[in-house]
Amino acid sequence: MVKDQEFLKEKALYCLILAKKFGATDSSVVVKNSVSETVNFRNRKLDESNRSDDLGISITTYIGKKKSSISSSNLINDNLNILIEKCIETTKNTPQDEFNSLPDKDLLAKEVKDLELYDDTHIENDQKINYLKRLEAAASDNKKIINTESNFTQNKSNFVLANSQGFSDGYKTSSFTASSVAVAKDEKSMERDYEYSSKCFFKDLDDADKLGKLAANQTIRKLSPKKIGSEKIAIIFDKRIARGMLSNFASAINSSVISRGTSFLKDKINQKIFPDKINIFDKPDMLKGLGSRNFDSEGVKTDTLKLVDQGILKHYLIDTYNGKKLNLKSNGRCGGTSNLYFENGNINFKDLLNSHSKSLYITETIGHGSNIVTGDYSVGATGFLIENGEFKYPINEITIAGNFKNMFQNITLANDLEFKYATNSPTMLIEGMVVAGK
Amino acid sequence: MSNFFEKSDLSRSEAENIISETLQKCDDGELYLENSKSESILLDDNKIKNSSYSSDLGFGFRAVSDEVVAYSHSNEISKNSLKQSSENLKSTLKSVKGTYNHEIPKSNKKYYDNINPIEQKSLNEKIKILNNVNNYLRSKDDNVKQVTANFLGEQKSVEIIRSGGETLSDVRPLIRFNVSVMLEKNGRKETGVFGVGGRQSYDSYLKDDNWKSVCDEALRIASVNLDSKPAPAGEMKVVLGPGWPAILIHEAVGHGLEGDFNRKKTSAFHNLMGQKIASDGVTIVDDGTIDNRRGSLTIDDEGTPTEKTVLIENGILKNFMQDRLNARLMKTKSTGSGRRENYRHIVLPRMRNTMMLSGNQSQEEMIKSVDKGIFAVSFGGGQVDITSGKFVFNCTEAYEIVNGKIGSPIKGATLIGDGPSILKEVSMVGNDMMMDPGIGTCGKAGQGVPVGVAQPSILINKMTVGGTKL
Repeated sequence: MVKDQEFLKEKALYCLILAKKFGATDSSVVVKNSVSETVNFRNRKLDESNRSDDLGISITTYIGKKKSSISSSNLINDNLNILIEKCIETTKNTPQDEFNSLPDKDLLAKEVKDLELYDDTHIENDQKINYLKRLEAAASDNKKIINTESNFTQNKSNFVLANSQGFSDGYKTSSFTASSVAVAKDEKSMERDYEYSSKCFFKDLDDADKLGKLAANQTIRKLSPKKIGSEKIAIIFDKRIARGMLSNFASAINSSVISRGTSFLKDKINQKIFPDKINIFDKPDMLKGLGSRNFDSEGVKTDTLKLVDQGILKHYLIDTYNGKKLNLKSNGRCGGTSNLYFENGNINFKDLLNSHSKSLYITETIGHGSNIVTGDYSVGATGFLIENGEFKYPINEITIAGNFKNMFQNITLANDLEFKYATNSPTMLIEGMVVAGK
Repeated sequence: MSNFFEKSDLSRSEAENIISETLQKCDDGELYLENSKSESILLDDNKIKNSSYSSDLGFGFRAVSDEVVAYSHSNEISKNSLKQSSENLKSTLKSVKGTYNHEIPKSNKKYYDNINPIEQKSLNEKIKILNNVNNYLRSKDDNVKQVTANFLGEQKSVEIIRSGGETLSDVRPLIRFNVSVMLEKNGRKETGVFGVGGRQSYDSYLKDDNWKSVCDEALRIASVNLDSKPAPAGEMKVVLGPGWPAILIHEAVGHGLEGDFNRKKTSAFHNLMGQKIASDGVTIVDDGTIDNRRGSLTIDDEGTPTEKTVLIENGILKNFMQDRLNARLMKTKSTGSGRRENYRHIVLPRMRNTMMLSGNQSQEEMIKSVDKGIFAVSFGGGQVDITSGKFVFNCTEAYEIVNGKIGSPIKGATLIGDGPSILKEVSMVGNDMMMDPGIGTCGKAGQGVPVGVAQPSILINKMTVGGTKL
């Protein structure tokens, strides 16, 4: 069972009092407990079961403008005494930084709404096994599938964030996740692909049969890929890859890289960085949202932000420290975005495929080829050649490259947005990128 | 060494009894105890941004029966907690009828000293070096617009208690020192990153102002990139420099030779044992026994002493890397490659220090032989799809080669290739093998572990370079 709020609050308070006693002028504490249970299947048989019970605490102490932090998984009071004393000692010896402080009191969250993030349902291992049996039966129902690995995870978490200004709040969250990875083989090749579903509530989880079939079909269609020549070509990003563009965008507007000057989007506030039709939202109060939250990791209230309005960048993601540095108020984005998404475009998926006589449809990228400083982008890719709106044949061992500054200006979005992850995008087309192949 | 039972209501003998009772009909398993202390001190944007310390304690209890693994972990080393874990394991493995394998090899060799690097240098001394780094770089070049430098230090104590009470233990120090510098000139920004590290004290890497050479290297890479032009796109010859570019070996063949993927037949290499998969002269080993290296281990996380495992010898595939579970199922023995990030994770077969050994050609000969291609010197990281065998790695310092001569620097680009065939495209192996500087972390199934790589310069006949210039 996940620890209750009372236990977590008591530990947090203990630390705040102790920190003050040892000489901290301010302090903040996070106490978190997370219990998860996973069952893995491989080739329709039980492969692994895993239960984890993680309890952790992290404490930040301030002496004036000096700051230091400690974290531990050992919450026994004796150990906390030693660690907090050590933390205070380190704080004294750390040079001060004028921007160090707790958040402004008037920005702290006043209320915790029920965002429907916790489902009390407990899925017994036998139920997980039944789900996985159906999932794996569907995933392996084709002779070309030679290996399947699937898992089901139930996670329950609870946390408290408290600081010396009197803030003390937290809430439970849950997630139920199922995924399936399939390997298919023919005479020429062996390929792997996957499907996945994750929800706050068990009853919302995708059906096992549907998930398994998708995993198998997405893998089989990748068999016998070809390598194409190098050329400039329109690229369509499957939703699961398109969302990565949003993650890169979010990294580049984080106040820490803006204040350090290490982002290609520095000084681009109120400038047009996407086409007119593009709107980007970050909405923390979405019911059952996988990225939903009542406050950020400093306790600052979080409002919905329209980050990009008709192509124009309107906000950075601001925390207390970098806000003070940039002379801006925190907008509750310490720890990053919540439910981040592109608003739907006004063209359907089919028309997007048909918009060019020849294009590439990318379903997977590999490598760490995003450079937030310069905006340069170059990654390995797998996908399909599209001709006249039809999937012609699978493609691999190619790279796709461009620069975000140009790529962002050349985005067209379909109208097929769904909320499957915390960060979501409709299918995306980008013109003007370069494919390197043969 | 940690005494894990000192402040617990659980005694060592009670723990041993629970372990033996839980594992009695299992094929394998153990209680893994871990106590790690780590620190991070970061200078960024002219200031000490972060000084943090972490202490992590916990256990992972594993029971293995045939192919099935049951695992349970917790932060609380107590009677209740271990009993609950035992119940969890038993409820997964309802009808076990195996025989516990008590056999585990022994060795007295140690590959690093029992030290705590965090305690060996005071906080003030560390802060002083970081400030020196900042001042040194900013005064050395007017184009320096940002400097980030950090120390990461760790001491991890592990103890493995097997059924019957056999106990194996290890204390592992690890440090890293990194410098990142951003230059800006004529509106253009470029970054250079360099670092050093391994299983010794900070001073072993930083004595005699050696931190300056780390700064110089980061600055050199950034300066080169400031003048870089767009990278070419398409297939061409690639010369790789010695040392860190061996990420190629790690991604292209290393992962594909890990035991689990081959037992499951999901690796592109699973049916190639004993076959020729690389050019003559290509020999690759995975070695956990090099003194003080980042990827070295005295024992692995199952208690097996590490070794030097020959993976490819003169072009022929010789061995996979194994942990105990995959070794048993593939009827071979563990190569001491069973590793985990920490007590929260199950053991998987992993790489340690993966190295291609020297041949007898010079880098100069290689470059001379190339009409059109690239010379890649420094890399950011890589990734592989072990099933299709396709892998990538990202250059952070590279040059074009034109008519046998090194030309202009080119922008960072991703290189992509096919693991099972790339080593057949190696047409020259250099005489200049070098270890990497000790900064690598390998990710697999959500677990990061410290690793090393090494190689001489090599010439690859054909690889796809992912630039933007057609």
